Amino acid sequence: MRIGVYVCHCGGNISDTVDVQAVASFAENQPDVVLVRDYSHMCSEVGQKMIWDGITDHKLDRVVIAACSPQFHENTFMATVEKAGLSPYVLEIANIREQCAWPHFDLPEAATEKAKDLVGMSIAKARLDEALAKRTMPIGKRVLVVGGGIAGIQASLDLADAGFKVYLVEKEPTIGGKMAKLSRTFPTEDCAACILSPKMADVPANPNIELLTFTEIEEITGYLGNYEVTVVKKPRYVDTEKCTACGKCTEVCPVVVPNEYEEGLTSRKAIYLPSPIAVPHSFILDDQACLGLFPMACERCSEVCEPNAINYDDTPERVKFTVDTIIVATGFDIFDARGKKVYGIEHSRNVITALDMERLIVHASEGKPLRPIGKRIAFIQCVGSRDEQVGNEHCSRICCMYATKLSQLLKRSDPSRDVYVFYTDLRAYGKGFEEYYKRAQRTGVKFIRGRVAEVNSSSSDGKVTLKVEDTLTRQIIEADFDLVVLSVGLLPGEGTKQIARILKLAESPDGFLQEAHPKFRPVDTLADGVFICGCAQGPKDIPDTVAQASAASSRAIRLMNKGEYDIAPVIAFVHDDLCNGCGECIGHCPFGALVLTQTASVNEAVCRGCGSCISSCPTDALDLHCYTNEQLLAVVRASMDSKQEGEIRILVFADDQTTYRLADNVGTGKLSYSSQTRIIRVPSGARVTPKLMLQAFELGADGIFIGESEEKSSPYPHSVATIKKNVAAVRDALSKRNIEPERIRYAEFVTVMLGAFVNQLNGLCDFARSCGPISADQRRGLAHDQVELKQ
Amino acid sequence: MANRLMISTGNEEFLERISEMSGQIITLCEQCGVCSGSCPMVSEMDITPSQMMRMVQLGQSEVLRAKTIWLCASCFTCTVRCPRGLDLSKVAEALRQVILRQAVDHIDIKALPRDELVELPQIALVAGMRKFTG
Repeated sequence: MRIGVYVCHCGGNISDTVDVQAVASFAENQPDVVLVRDYSHMCSEVGQKMIWDGITDHKLDRVVIAACSPQFHENTFMATVEKAGLSPYVLEIANIREQCAWPHFDLPEAATEKAKDLVGMSIAKARLDEALAKRTMPIGKRVLVVGGGIAGIQASLDLADAGFKVYLVEKEPTIGGKMAKLSRTFPTEDCAACILSPKMADVPANPNIELLTFTEIEEITGYLGNYEVTVVKKPRYVDTEKCTACGKCTEVCPVVVPNEYEEGLTSRKAIYLPSPIAVPHSFILDDQACLGLFPMACERCSEVCEPNAINYDDTPERVKFTVDTIIVATGFDIFDARGKKVYGIEHSRNVITALDMERLIVHASEGKPLRPIGKRIAFIQCVGSRDEQVGNEHCSRICCMYATKLSQLLKRSDPSRDVYVFYTDLRAYGKGFEEYYKRAQRTGVKFIRGRVAEVNSSSSDGKVTLKVEDTLTRQIIEADFDLVVLSVGLLPGEGTKQIARILKLAESPDGFLQEAHPKFRPVDTLADGVFICGCAQGPKDIPDTVAQASAASSRAIRLMNKGEYDIAPVIAFVHDDLCNGCGECIGHCPFGALVLTQTASVNEAVCRGCGSCISSCPTDALDLHCYTNEQLLAVVRASMDSKQEGEIRILVFADDQTTYRLADNVGTGKLSYSSQTRIIRVPSGARVTPKLMLQAFELGADGIFIGESEEKSSPYPHSVATIKKNVAAVRDALSKRNIEPERIRYAEFVTVMLGAFVNQLNGLCDFARSCGPISADQRRGLAHDQVELKQ
Repeated sequence: MANRLMISTGNEEFLERISEMSGQIITLCEQCGVCSGSCPMVSEMDITPSQMMRMVQLGQSEVLRAKTIWLCASCFTCTVRCPRGLDLSKVAEALRQVILRQAVDHIDIKALPRDELVELPQIALVAGMRKFTG
């Protein structure tokens, strides 16, 4: 056996805290280690070449890399190892960045000791690695796209054109989103509805897209390749197939309510067409506004409906379907300007939002102005953005340019107007934006640098007075305007928050959805097969949204196109010499992967590799590739190497899907937890057998923590039950020896529960410390104690 | 010729001193001017509140000669509106303290004639003591 160990400095991320040389010297003294190297960036080409050279020149047959979390570069390193002629599964990664240097940044000595242990644990595991071949899983070509704005439309069309089946779910009665409300788009001034409506029409026309409008997502369970989606189609009361959009129903409807599409600037009837460019182009009955459906109070619309499209007995319909990947394109809401009281939008009809202004301009340009716009118009920038007073620190990115657009459209349509834009910083960062800003200045729009302090309205003449400092001349301006336009910022939409809850997606501090990596995985999430695009991820303009939507669909296609995706060969197997054919295990696999003939055997196509069957075997005949009983025992033994007299040692078994990634996130967030913990990656907490736990206690553990994916989002939904059973059995065994049963704990997590993770770990450490280390007498022979698994 | 603005490391000391005394991270001021537009005393001031912040940022101790710092009534309107959450009244107070700690007596109470002392409103006397004596 020839093991090579490579220790990465990560350009200081590791080496600023961990003494890399000490870790390397430690590795040199380990049995079977023939080569140790350290380097600033193991993931670089030079670093990978070092590995390659080690394998070819030094005839390595096992490789251990101490670096960042395997979730970042494991695939890169596996490919290098494979190319050099070894099995990709003889590689072990010691996570000394996210799970050592970062969370213990304040304790360099303890971090170095822990790093040595982590390397030792990886060497121990590598020594027992089997040279396995790669495995693949089949995957279908079905995608759920959530949200039918321009992001969702673009993603759906890209996917459908590439031959994938798309379910496009939109909560409103029509697709089109916010873009459908805009006048023109900056900086080219295309008519927004004119360029959007052909794309909207393409959606129902595409045979690969199933369009579900006025539909909400109720529940999503499952995992990559098998997401089970439940949606609720809300009742429209109008059959979209039959409705010809003749409009006779609207004429006779007696109920008048504000029109949401027009931002309440016009009214609509209770039965109405959601917008002139609505897709599906069908009327809908607003059951909240209708005079009464139960019992029927009016029925006039149905009387005039020639195609008989109206059905008052329509009810919500629950629909279930299965998809392989998901794209979240749930968009944004505008900041509610009532939250900025000093601008007084509630007190004057002459204070409006920029979205109101979009609608006013649309109607004015069609020759049907909704109201007089006036001669003196002021735009106030950063309303609800970059403002700690309303709790939003972020810049909404598009307001500078939409104000630049609206102001010059107003000025050009009537050059006698005085149009002012009051800004804090004018950010014209995009392609053609600076030129467009210049054009506005040439047109005669006046840009004044100052955040408006307050707006006061006069009830008699309707004039609005605004007070602001021109920060460039340091003079105070107090001026009257006919109309004040608030350039409201962007916030994560209600739909975005909902889907984040349903899919357990992480949110960044500004509330928008968090991408998996800010630079290299900008549309991925940490949930496999779930992608994000558009303003759900953060404020952005239309071209960026469309680019992200195409990027998200391409990332989804990348997973699905081959019809199979690579997975680790983590599957159960049977030691035939130990199996006595009792059949005890058979019922323990929820996927039905275990078969009994003479002895038990595993159906490799069905096994998902959770390892929860293993604890059911009374003769220890069941085992799991990549995480064998022998390997885990060796890892546990190595984790005790640096343990000093009187010190406590806590083992954390972290499931690969959630807890291991959660621990990484905790490290990335530089949240510290006790350095006496050693995290061991397992496919599922259910892999940790009672025997392994007892062995760990016998070898020196003072506490064991098992972290598992929350039942709902786990790929192994039965695992929690197995863990509970295993934990209960070990607690009984500990009690019999007068060892505190609370030394073993478990919890279910989702990847964003950073605080809970830290608290749980520290809680167990504190408990173990207060009880003190388990005495040698108490430990002796523990592994041979009988455990009783209760059903 | 326009004034030349000197920027050098020596200027940091004044900024650091005022930052420490006021407890405000003065470099966070983004010069939006919302404080000046909100200030009820601004028409009486020689420099605007945002200008006061700028001068401190640049380490210009001439700000101590401004009337503005004495005119701040600590009404907190700027403080509740500052988008960066800065408390300008604390900065103004820190600047006043720099002068007050020099302990220079600008008025001699004992020299005031008795008649004037009787006439003088008490609040003016207290304010005068506070501002003009060490």
